[in-house]
Amino acid sequence: MSDLAVIPHNSIGDWKLPSRGIVGMACLIVAEATIFIIFVVAYVFYEGKSLSGPTPHDVLELPIVTTICLLSSSITVHLAVMALHSSKVKSCSLWLAITVLLGAIFLCGTGREWYDLIYHEGLSIQTNLFGTTFYSLVGLHATHVLVGLLLLSLALFFSLRGQMTSKHTERLEVLSLYWHFVDAVWVVVFLVVYVLGR
Amino acid sequence: MATQTSAAVVLDQTAKRGPGRQAFEILHDWITTVDHKKIGLMYIGYALFFLIVAGFEALLMRIQLAIPNNTFVSPQVFNRLFTMHGTTMVFFVGMPILFGFGNYLIPLMIGARDMAFPRLNAFSFWISAFGGLLLYFSYLGGDGLYGAGSAPDVGWFAYAPLTARVFSPGHSTDYWTLALLLSGVGSIGTALNIVATTICMRCPGMKLNRMPLLVWLYLVMSMMVFVTISPLTAAQIMLMLDRYIGSHFFDTQAGGSAVLWMHFFWIFGHPEVYILVLPAFGFASEIIPVFSRKAIFGYPAMVAATVAIGFISLSVWAHHMFTVGLGAWGNTFFVFSTMTISVPTGIKIFNWLATIWGGKIHFTVPMMFAVAFLFQFLVAGLTGIMLAVAPFDWQLGSSYFIVAHFHYVLVGAILIMIFAAFYYWYPKITGRMLSERLGKWHFWLFFIGFHLTFDFMHIPGILGMPRRIYTYEADRGWMILNMIVSSGAIFQAVATLVFVFNMIASYFKGRIAGPDPWDAWTLEWSTQSPPPVYNFAVIPTVESRRPLWDLKHPEDPDTNYEL
Amino acid sequence: MSLRDDWLCMASYIQSVTHNSTSIFAPAATPAQSAYGVSMLVLAITLAIFCVVAGLLLFALLRYRHRPSNSESGQEPAQIYGSNQIELSWTVIPILIVVILFLATTRVVFSTQRAPKPAESIDVIVIGHQFWWEYRYPKFGVVTANELHIPVSDPSHPTPAYLTMSSADTDHSFWVPRLAGKMDVIPNKINVMWMDPSTPGLYLGQCAQYCGTQHAKMLLRVYADTPTQFAAWIAAQKKAAVQDPNAAAGQAVFQHNACISCHTIAGTVATGRFGPDLTHVASRDTIASGSVPNTPANIRAFVDNPAHFKPGVLMPPMHLNEHDLDLVTAYLTTLK
Repeated sequence: MSDLAVIPHNSIGDWKLPSRGIVGMACLIVAEATIFIIFVVAYVFYEGKSLSGPTPHDVLELPIVTTICLLSSSITVHLAVMALHSSKVKSCSLWLAITVLLGAIFLCGTGREWYDLIYHEGLSIQTNLFGTTFYSLVGLHATHVLVGLLLLSLALFFSLRGQMTSKHTERLEVLSLYWHFVDAVWVVVFLVVYVLGR
Repeated sequence: MATQTSAAVVLDQTAKRGPGRQAFEILHDWITTVDHKKIGLMYIGYALFFLIVAGFEALLMRIQLAIPNNTFVSPQVFNRLFTMHGTTMVFFVGMPILFGFGNYLIPLMIGARDMAFPRLNAFSFWISAFGGLLLYFSYLGGDGLYGAGSAPDVGWFAYAPLTARVFSPGHSTDYWTLALLLSGVGSIGTALNIVATTICMRCPGMKLNRMPLLVWLYLVMSMMVFVTISPLTAAQIMLMLDRYIGSHFFDTQAGGSAVLWMHFFWIFGHPEVYILVLPAFGFASEIIPVFSRKAIFGYPAMVAATVAIGFISLSVWAHHMFTVGLGAWGNTFFVFSTMTISVPTGIKIFNWLATIWGGKIHFTVPMMFAVAFLFQFLVAGLTGIMLAVAPFDWQLGSSYFIVAHFHYVLVGAILIMIFAAFYYWYPKITGRMLSERLGKWHFWLFFIGFHLTFDFMHIPGILGMPRRIYTYEADRGWMILNMIVSSGAIFQAVATLVFVFNMIASYFKGRIAGPDPWDAWTLEWSTQSPPPVYNFAVIPTVESRRPLWDLKHPEDPDTNYEL
Repeated sequence: MSLRDDWLCMASYIQSVTHNSTSIFAPAATPAQSAYGVSMLVLAITLAIFCVVAGLLLFALLRYRHRPSNSESGQEPAQIYGSNQIELSWTVIPILIVVILFLATTRVVFSTQRAPKPAESIDVIVIGHQFWWEYRYPKFGVVTANELHIPVSDPSHPTPAYLTMSSADTDHSFWVPRLAGKMDVIPNKINVMWMDPSTPGLYLGQCAQYCGTQHAKMLLRVYADTPTQFAAWIAAQKKAAVQDPNAAAGQAVFQHNACISCHTIAGTVATGRFGPDLTHVASRDTIASGSVPNTPANIRAFVDNPAHFKPGVLMPPMHLNEHDLDLVTAYLTTLK
């Protein structure tokens, strides 16, 4: 089989390329960010254009507590990754658990806010353009939080069973990147909807 | 000091498969495979099937339009045909066939064993495939097959508020939306795979500026996918919410905006056509140098032009909306951005021309298609520049001039280069050459049909014929032109059948190709034809853009000249 | 000869003169003329580019083709990897061409879309429907459908027609190629375009944005009248509907059926807005938004089963018996 090529080369030194997981997650984040941007654009475009019904100023209150919880969870998940890197698996489990708890508080807070808006303020997704763009944007974000919590719970599960070791640090880091993205989106949503939009 | 990868080690040591594998075993192998080559072939086979189906839909439309006031199909059926034809060709022919080639070729060209995420690769294929089946299942709903069922009839760009429940009751719009949401997930998955593979799995020595241009073009195309498909996904989620949860994104009665859908759609739709064309540029950049026997002229400029096209294409979308009433300044901005993109595009054409210049041109079938591509893409680009002139577009937008322009790009440039890619890489994929004789029949029949149809199609547009009409008035003077356009379709159909026959017959009877039938220079030609499942016995190490050129011309390697 | 016969003669004469042309290269008003001018410029430039590039390509393909008989056929040609000067030149020259084209285009965009509106303009409100056109002349109190009448415009004393457009349902587009580029007609959005035909005549076009099943037959007929003709037309349209006592039975059929829920006939109980205004339907050359000649037989057939002419049209068949159909047809033909 002398047809096959034999390629002459000088020996290459260290050939290190970026990690697949990080690059892959970065790509996913770009795609998801674009989806969010479109929903934010729709929200901003329709500000002030509702023909009737409640306005943001009427019914929205700053969700301070839930925001603090969610943003802190970025710190705790980072600590979980650092702990795993140093092989402190019990520490990692603890930080993951706190992260899940903080995320769950956020979701519950959002649920309470929606209950209030729908049943006491008369704002649903069908009410007007504000309702449409508000629920879709915040709901899309909440869905991403939910997915993140499910994945973090899975990681917590493996960590508690002792199956996670420092070899898996990069995988946990990739998951934490997703979680940081979800928090970053919340910063944008918080600013656009609750601060600038009211 | 130069080392050599020993020939003995490179030999394929795996035992041949035993004869007569069970059909079930073969099927199971293909359904569960995560091998990029098999997945690539499934993408390509799937796309070819839908090419025939959507081509048949086009044929039905051309029969209806050949004479005025024809009653070959009803308006309802015609409207479903043009919607399905467009949607199928973009999402279930164009995207899969290009992802298929990318899947097959990229790991081979960068010296890798597979894509970065093999299981994601399989998942992406199957979910896209399911999307196509869902779309075609729509023909079986509603009024039944001859009334074209519940197939979507809102046009491939599904403008609001035509897609609202009140104007499109029933499920035709829903089939469109859901099928494309699924296909979109698959596209993002494959694009993610291509980016991760290209960045993270190149063989030693293959720096980014040594990658084959095809890989660069797929890299930029995939990066575009993330910011292109997502706006469509978002808009489709909004549309579903409007239709089923009572939201008001595009509900003009509640103050919603029809123009907002257009913006979101075209923010997807324009970059999408660049996503479709960039791989075609990649094929051209591999095939033209080999058959001109010269390195590509201006590799760094080609890379820079590609990246520029990628970025600028995100800023031109409202040239599809010049007639919507954006205002003078709005229109002016998009005139400017659209004209600007012609500069890097022109650079590519000139570089291909300069590659041919001073070369030794071999007119093999792949090269014949590549040459047709050059002329036809030039024309398509020039009609694009014409349409960038907004007042010209105010007349010709939504007319048959536009239909002619974009088919010139999609068929005359992209499909032609896909044919070239088939003839060029078929030997690598199957180990056999396609018949040159049948290839030339394919080429000439298709060339004649293409030009009959799409050259003449520009004229009815100039004479005032809008698009998406199931018939037209007899006194407009459009009949002869429509007949000529329709006649060309028949040539193209026959040519495509010749091509399919060639692919099947050559699989059994084609000349054995060997690893490098074209005397080419990139890594895929250094392994067997077809490649073993692990691609390379030993991962190669490279030192230039054309490792096989260096091998064949040790006295004049590329490494001496790289810019 | 009646007024109707006058119109028929004029229409057929005009038709024979213009050959029903809808060519964008036969401009008959300023917006179409401006578009034509810049189109010629871009065509000239692109033709020149094509000749140069395609010419070079053709030359290269012939000159550099591989000739197996040549003694050097086994050798590879000189490998040229690039040239900064050449690449710079074919970057700069296209940029210059783009600049010129951009400036020429911008001029026409602004001159068309920001043209100052003369005081004597004729305002028409255009409302697009599935699948017909509604026209209202606010200053004259005229409402009509499908056949638009505007006066010719004398450049020394311009009287262009300004169309203020919106849609009642889906997206449409108003395209009469000889008069102007198209402008989309969109719900919840108002678009304005203008046209100033210089020569009397009938100008044809059709809806240019897919709007549903009968998009193909949502035709446009713009009659550019002389000032006298226009004034006469307005005067006739302003009147309430003709009350011909011979057609009273037909009027009764009309008013006792569902017709009145969709159509208006001024001065009667019919005040529906969903379908075209029929007050002066018999004064039009066509019915079914320009797609069918206005004859009693066609009116009868259309009322009996609209889908016969326009499958998918939104008017349902009226299920009238033969006698009532005759009566209603006779009535409608009196509505001049």
